[in-house]
Amino acid sequence: MTSLWGATWHDRGGRLGLLLLGVLTGMALFAPGFLPDPRAMPDISHGVLLPPGPAHLLGTDEHSRDVLARLVFGGRVSLAVALGAVTLSVTLGALIGVVAGYAGGVIDAGLMRCVDAALAIPRLFLLLIIVAIIERIPLGVLILTIGATGWFGTSRLVRSEVLRLRGMDFVRAAEALGASRRRVIARHLLPGVAGPLAAATTLAVGDVILLEAGLSFLGLGVQPPTPSWGGMIFEAKPYVVTAPWMSLAPGVAIALTVVAVSLVGDALSRSAGATRS
Amino acid sequence: MTSLLEVQDLRVRFPRGTGGITPVDGVSFTIERGEMLALVGESGAGKSLTGLALLRLVPPPGRIEPGSSIHLGDTDLLRLEGEALRQVRGRRIAMVFQDPMSSLNPVLTIGDQISETIQAHAEMSAREARGRAQSLLAEVGLGDGTSRYRSYPHQLSGGMRQRVMLAISLAAGPDLLIADEPTSALDVTVQAQILELLDRLRASHGLAVLLITHDLGVVAGRADRVAVMYAGRIVEEAPTAALFTGPAHPYTQGLLASLPRLRGPRRPLEPIAGTVPVPGQWPEGCRFHPRCPRVMPKCTMEPPLVRLEEQRTMRCWLGVTEG
Amino acid sequence: MSVWLVRRVAQALVTFLLAATLAFFLMRLTPGDPLARLTEDRPVSPETLRALRARYGVDRPLVAQFSAFLGGVIRGDLGQSISHNGREVTELIRSRLPATLLLGGTALLLNFLFGIAIGVFQATRAGTGPDRALTLISLAAYATPSFWLALILQWGLGTELHWLPVAFMQEPWLAGRPWSLAGALDVFRHLVLPALSLALVTFGATARYQRAAMLDALALDCIRTARTKGLPERAVRWRHAWRNALGPMLTLFGLWLPLLVAGSLYVEAVFAWPGLGTLAAEAIAYRDYPVIMGTTILVSGVVVLGNLAADLAHRWLDPRLRTP
Repeated sequence: MTSLWGATWHDRGGRLGLLLLGVLTGMALFAPGFLPDPRAMPDISHGVLLPPGPAHLLGTDEHSRDVLARLVFGGRVSLAVALGAVTLSVTLGALIGVVAGYAGGVIDAGLMRCVDAALAIPRLFLLLIIVAIIERIPLGVLILTIGATGWFGTSRLVRSEVLRLRGMDFVRAAEALGASRRRVIARHLLPGVAGPLAAATTLAVGDVILLEAGLSFLGLGVQPPTPSWGGMIFEAKPYVVTAPWMSLAPGVAIALTVVAVSLVGDALSRSAGATRS
Repeated sequence: MTSLLEVQDLRVRFPRGTGGITPVDGVSFTIERGEMLALVGESGAGKSLTGLALLRLVPPPGRIEPGSSIHLGDTDLLRLEGEALRQVRGRRIAMVFQDPMSSLNPVLTIGDQISETIQAHAEMSAREARGRAQSLLAEVGLGDGTSRYRSYPHQLSGGMRQRVMLAISLAAGPDLLIADEPTSALDVTVQAQILELLDRLRASHGLAVLLITHDLGVVAGRADRVAVMYAGRIVEEAPTAALFTGPAHPYTQGLLASLPRLRGPRRPLEPIAGTVPVPGQWPEGCRFHPRCPRVMPKCTMEPPLVRLEEQRTMRCWLGVTEG
Repeated sequence: MSVWLVRRVAQALVTFLLAATLAFFLMRLTPGDPLARLTEDRPVSPETLRALRARYGVDRPLVAQFSAFLGGVIRGDLGQSISHNGREVTELIRSRLPATLLLGGTALLLNFLFGIAIGVFQATRAGTGPDRALTLISLAAYATPSFWLALILQWGLGTELHWLPVAFMQEPWLAGRPWSLAGALDVFRHLVLPALSLALVTFGATARYQRAAMLDALALDCIRTARTKGLPERAVRWRHAWRNALGPMLTLFGLWLPLLVAGSLYVEAVFAWPGLGTLAAEAIAYRDYPVIMGTTILVSGVVVLGNLAADLAHRWLDPRLRTP
């Protein structure tokens, strides 16, 4: 695992992604201390829809709130949602994938048919039918919902890796030597799956950031006044002409984050592929 | 009169970090018109790469080092680029490979794969090319050529696929055929048929052949001359009969001793001690010396190329007569 | 072949019905009243409420509702809309489908053209500067939220520069005359920005897949053979390598079809394009769950059919699968 990250650091794109991601998370973690409260509604006289300037580096919004502060705080929210949801979906996917790959037979076939069906519904629509009914969805429920709809692809990946590894001689040998099922899974299968899984997980973070932004843009994701990048674009929509900075900043933030995450994911899958062969 | 092919000091290098490896390291040989030269050696000796270098198809990032020279008749192959190079490939030098399944394109019919080669090198209508391809298929022994024209590679047996590869290689009428382990992936019974076909085509088309193989049994009674390759270099070159009756280089002697014989007195098989070193870990001096039964102190120095008699050379200190 | 075909079609059918089942239970088991929005601003008498519940069938036991729903799906009856004065959902979908097909088809075409050209170009120059630059560009395209790009293009090329119309599919005075020359030109001008937005955010995925598939294909032994035969580089690249890269590309088709569908929802909503995406976005705003459900069913049907078509095409194009 450590060598995997090391290889990523030595990959040109991977390093760029890690650095970019470091800067972005650093800002999300530490910058709010230096910025005004993103949720407070300052006096209107403070300046509504101010263009970027020395006092407000990215300008202010229609409630005269500092866009940079909201951007940074929104980054916290978007990243937290992505991390929470992906942790959940990867755990679920890995568990179900191992079960399907190891159990085989009816269990495997049944699980995979269900996964096929779930994958036939685009994830956005899957979320829409759940989320659209709930009025003002709490953040925790949002994370759970996004996480619970993201494990199908992962389970397929893990299942096929498990099947591939189980056909290999060292796993067969361990099984022939009478190693317990739990031991084979823990010692032989999971470490082998780790590489591709790490890559898929990283890429999934990018997908979830985009998905959450989309839901918030539809008014179904993170609820105001909590800022999120998608929500900020949603709120900026009426002011695209008068205050374009309001929409530009969060869009660029989303794109940069997803690019960074994807660069890391690509590098991880390259090094996972290299260690495999 | 110049030779058909003349290779001088061929080096193929793969850059790797600051250093790099040179799997083909100073190979020289010639092939005359209609002649068959066998390039023999264990895997990793650099035989296949030598073959690919003749077509300028060294896989990147490998490259042919400056100072190497490859002349095909009067053409300097290392100076050709683009269209001129393309016209050499297939038309003047053709090549067949070890695995005929992966060498053929799985999504095109074998007929198309032959006629596209014809049309790449001759102004010919599709219909004419098709007719020519069918007669080639018949010539390599695939029925009358029409029934198999529309077959796909996966529908044929291994031997039939290699026949198709031979038909492709003949399509543009080359002077030289490089056959890289053409029978190694085939069943033993099929091997003999393909070699027999190769001999027949060679005679009827006046082809010169560079036969690359690890199998001395394939070489005996077929090749005119043999060049033995070890660790990126040719260590001995001799007419086939002379090499089999009196191998000079200790490595050649070892190769022959490890071969079972049908005739002659029974003797134990003697494998060569040790393993073939991989490129980059070649020892100083003579590269065979750590495995050589007749190693001497000076073998850690570069051995000279010694001319033993007409058409016979060897790269070994044993050939240097003292005094 | 025919046995395979029957099995594959049956599998697609089962997948679709399972997907519909999943959608139904997800919606019904989520806490919240699907009729809440209908009754939230006005006091409703208990009788009216009961009548409403009966009309939308939510008063019956879940199993009965489910069998009615599944029967409806099979017959092509997706129930009645809540916000569109009780119009049939299938009728609503039918009226919006042409606009979405026009937009989606155009975007798909542009996506393929750009994605394939760029991916092949990259694969033949793998590791060089241009390849790395294009990798970053494709990545950036994929990373850009479609709704945001749509907003920015709408603002820049539409509102600021006045080059192109920013909303709807036609000018009002040309509505109903899409087949005249002026009408067609008008539709085309309206189509440019939405189609471009959608193509721009999706071509990155195509280019990435095409690059990877083409790299794999170029590494095949038969490409070396094609070169030794002295074929022109164009023939090596397209006739030999690209044909071999087509299979993997087709299998990925099913993976990003959902991406395109989701993207068109956002893009249509931004440009008020009168298609299914806008219908769905409006339905979300009004919590019109039968319409959300109906579009979801339709979309999953499209995804299942897309996968089926990709498999069929793969089988037809690959002689190893087609012929014994």
